[in-house]
Amino acid sequence: MSVVFFVLTAMTLAGALAAVLLKNLVHCALSLTVAFAGLALLFLELDAQFVAFVQILVYVGAVAILVVFAILLTRSAETPKAGGVFSRTWLAGLSVAAAVFAVLGWAVLESTPWLPQTTEAPAADVGQIGEALMSRYVLPLEIVALLLTAALIGAVIVAMHEKDGAQ
Amino acid sequence: MIGGASPLAGYLLVAALMFAIGLAGALTRRNAILVLIGIELMLNAANLNLIAFWRYGPHPEVLTGMMFAIFSIAVAAAEAAVGLGLVIQIHRHAKTVDVDQMNRMKG
Repeated sequence: MSVVFFVLTAMTLAGALAAVLLKNLVHCALSLTVAFAGLALLFLELDAQFVAFVQILVYVGAVAILVVFAILLTRSAETPKAGGVFSRTWLAGLSVAAAVFAVLGWAVLESTPWLPQTTEAPAADVGQIGEALMSRYVLPLEIVALLLTAALIGAVIVAMHEKDGAQ
Repeated sequence: MIGGASPLAGYLLVAALMFAIGLAGALTRRNAILVLIGIELMLNAANLNLIAFWRYGPHPEVLTGMMFAIFSIAVAAAEAAVGLGLVIQIHRHAKTVDVDQMNRMKG
């Protein structure tokens, strides 16, 4: 447990909390970016350099921009006039989340004595990852390529403007 | 986690807390985009678990956890694109993104 770990954890969790709690949705999206970046740094701390860069590219680069676009397109940036930003059933939702965290935290703390202690960094450079993706994981890679194509075409079709509709 | 415990436990607790924050956001906010943000946070917490178990697991050289995390990131990106497209279409159709007011499936 190093100081770096605690600093990165504080940054990530503060970003996540702000993303969920803030009123203005643009601020939420920016805090979400901070949480994503903190998570990428945590991946670096875990010696997973490639995943950290993928995290930066996909989440900080693409998903955060997508969220900002959606916020601006749906005009959600202004806070709602009545009712606040939280749902009527917020107490039930909060209790469910707290219960889930209690169970997960209890499970982790109970299993602490059996968790491994090794600290030497495993070697995983991009070459090894590429080789694994092209040999053992080539079928999942192709399926994920197909899924991404289908999902992006589907997203465009779903969000496309209907010319002959009422709009 | 303080005092000689495994560093893996710290990462697992962080991931659990992040998952709970995302779940609370998805369950309590009224804006549909915030629900999607909560889901993204939950997926990221799962990725942190996968990478932490890969790093401290018995066989990190076979890269299983890392591959799982990479594929999970790809699927999450597809989910975000489709989800936000749906939110934009719902806003165009029903003039609201408030999930409390989305109470009918008929168009």
